[in-house]
Amino acid sequence: MMEIAWIIPLFPLFSFLVLLIFGRKWRRGQIDFAVILSLVSFICALLVLFARFTQENVKVEFTWLTIGETQLTAGFEVNQLNALMLVIVSLVSFLVHMYSKAYMEGDERITVFFAYLGLFTFAMLGLVLSPNLLQTYIFWELVGVGSFLLIGFYFYKEEAKAAAKKAFIMTRIGDVGLLIGMILLFWQVGSFEYDEIFAVISAGDLSETMATLTAILIFIGAVGKSGQFPLHSWLPDAMEGPTPVSALIHAATMVAAGVYLVAALYPLFAFSEVAMLTIAIVGGFTAIFAATIGMTQRDIKRALAYSTVSQLGYMMLALGVGGYVAGVFHLTTHAFFKALLFLAAGSVIHAVHTQDIEKMGGLWKKMKWTAPLFLIGTMAISGVPLLSGFFSKEEILVSAWVSGHYLLFTLAIIAAFFTAFYMFRLFFLVFGGEEKKEQSAVKESSNWMTVPMLVLALLAIVAGYIQTPWFGTFLGDWLTTGIAANVHGHLDGPLWVMVVATVVTFLGILLAWLMYSKKVLSRDWFTSRAPYTYQLVINKYYIDEVYQYIFVKGSRFVSQILHFVEVYLIEGLISLVTITMRRLSIIGSKFQNGQTQLYGTVAFVGLAILIVVFALTGGGF
Amino acid sequence: MSSVPLSAYLTLAIILFCIGLYGALTKKNTVIVLIAIELMLNAVNINLVAFSKYGMMPSIDGQIFALFAIAVAAAEAAVGLAILIAIYRNRKSVNVDDYNSLKN
Repeated sequence: MMEIAWIIPLFPLFSFLVLLIFGRKWRRGQIDFAVILSLVSFICALLVLFARFTQENVKVEFTWLTIGETQLTAGFEVNQLNALMLVIVSLVSFLVHMYSKAYMEGDERITVFFAYLGLFTFAMLGLVLSPNLLQTYIFWELVGVGSFLLIGFYFYKEEAKAAAKKAFIMTRIGDVGLLIGMILLFWQVGSFEYDEIFAVISAGDLSETMATLTAILIFIGAVGKSGQFPLHSWLPDAMEGPTPVSALIHAATMVAAGVYLVAALYPLFAFSEVAMLTIAIVGGFTAIFAATIGMTQRDIKRALAYSTVSQLGYMMLALGVGGYVAGVFHLTTHAFFKALLFLAAGSVIHAVHTQDIEKMGGLWKKMKWTAPLFLIGTMAISGVPLLSGFFSKEEILVSAWVSGHYLLFTLAIIAAFFTAFYMFRLFFLVFGGEEKKEQSAVKESSNWMTVPMLVLALLAIVAGYIQTPWFGTFLGDWLTTGIAANVHGHLDGPLWVMVVATVVTFLGILLAWLMYSKKVLSRDWFTSRAPYTYQLVINKYYIDEVYQYIFVKGSRFVSQILHFVEVYLIEGLISLVTITMRRLSIIGSKFQNGQTQLYGTVAFVGLAILIVVFALTGGGF
Repeated sequence: MSSVPLSAYLTLAIILFCIGLYGALTKKNTVIVLIAIELMLNAVNINLVAFSKYGMMPSIDGQIFALFAIAVAAAEAAVGLAILIAIYRNRKSVNVDDYNSLKN
């Protein structure tokens, strides 16, 4: 099965091509076709994962380009990490396909939507299967294109257009870092192959400075894709896209690509302490920074988006402090519960036709399926014991504690508290409280939408049990066999870490309950005491404004100077040349008056000049 | 026998040539221009004859060339005058300034 893993990305690609070409005819059949293809792709991925449990890694390559002595290869590789990623991506993609069938029903361009979904899934699966950096980079960009197309799906909305452009440009900034890092690495190592890069590193042939430099440059690429500070601000804006897209791309798969890249190149990062520390600090800071913004958002999808940014920060933090398994584990569980949350949010939006949580309320009784499923997702992300998020978050906290970065550990604990608070704030505001009058006609969504959520909810509950301190550390042991870097399958931390994590989670839930459900604490209890802090947070720390001021205004200023130079200096020089030539030609045309005598005179004068020159130089030209 | 040096002949020839050139390039009347061209040809003839006598290798060739030039000049004058008359019939003018059809 593993030898034909290359077939997995081809199903969505096929779906993309068919829908693109025949999309306008037989609409209904097309969509079922796309859903079935994504199911086939998922089944293949599952078979590959099962095959990987018993067999060794597979790597198939052929020479793609020969440039001088260098051979560039293309192919695919199946190892533990990408077998796992294949299943996550294809599963979420399949469920989102299914969900979109109902969610996008009635949309004029539904086949285009499914075509884009196919393109994105193809790119993401291809990214995961890539055995070398160059191929990764190609798919990395393709994923960006898919994301751009889907964010801008409602292109007639100005915000969607702007958000699509912003996402593309901001991730592009990161991609430049990745590209430079990649080229530097190629220059040093002479190959794009992961295996060869790791071999050079373990042989100690790469200088520490160069390793740090390349690792940080590649990490900049990951920062762009995974929405880490300071390139995070595109991700919340990307919520202008359709909600299933937010679930697939901006929660479960694409934004995890940055984390995946760091994990895939882990031996390189692990070689440089500075790079690791950078990752840990950026991740830890992003985790708490985004969590604070998440507490103030009124748009349900934006609140979830900031939560995604925060959770991705957690994963980066885990990788940075040496918790390779913890990072990948959280990536897995997060994919499930965050996709669940987005799909549930989509279900709510589908029913109430607004994204403003202040206008929602009392939906618990009306949405018999969505509400409990959202609650499961909320509990999982908050880290309520026995759900998946609890185990993966605990793993991260233990990694942070054991590595000795106590400040980052504290940050992570506080971020966990915030997470529980803002998630339950969302839950209580949307599903608790009284019913709003304008929503009397709210109905539960169709089965096409609830079944995918149900599957994800099951996974959000049980996915944690593949790596627990009690029932064995299956995931960690499996992931770390045969990996080049020095990583641990599981770290034993003090028991109190788990206790503290649980306590802060329940504190967060309690606070949210008191404020938004019981209303014992007034909602402006904090905001009235620190209005300036509140203003700062609700305006997302003015990051967008700062960027506007520095980069947009700055580049406009520079371009104005350049415009001035162009108009007055360059164009002046050019018109000087043209004016000179015109004057010269006016003089020249005076000679062409049709008078033979003048022509003769000119010829003789020329001859005379030639003779004089000839005589003066003695005939030796 | 003779005390006139070669340079005197050449000086006469160049003076004659320059007068002819000046006439050919400046005179308005086409007949005068043709006459001036004859002057230039004759300046050349003087050169040929002078070199056939005082040149590095004196021989009769130069004088024969001069005779040829005179014959060709006679033919040229006949053709030139014929063309001039043709143009005059066409343009009603012998003024060189009016012959500007090269311009357009």
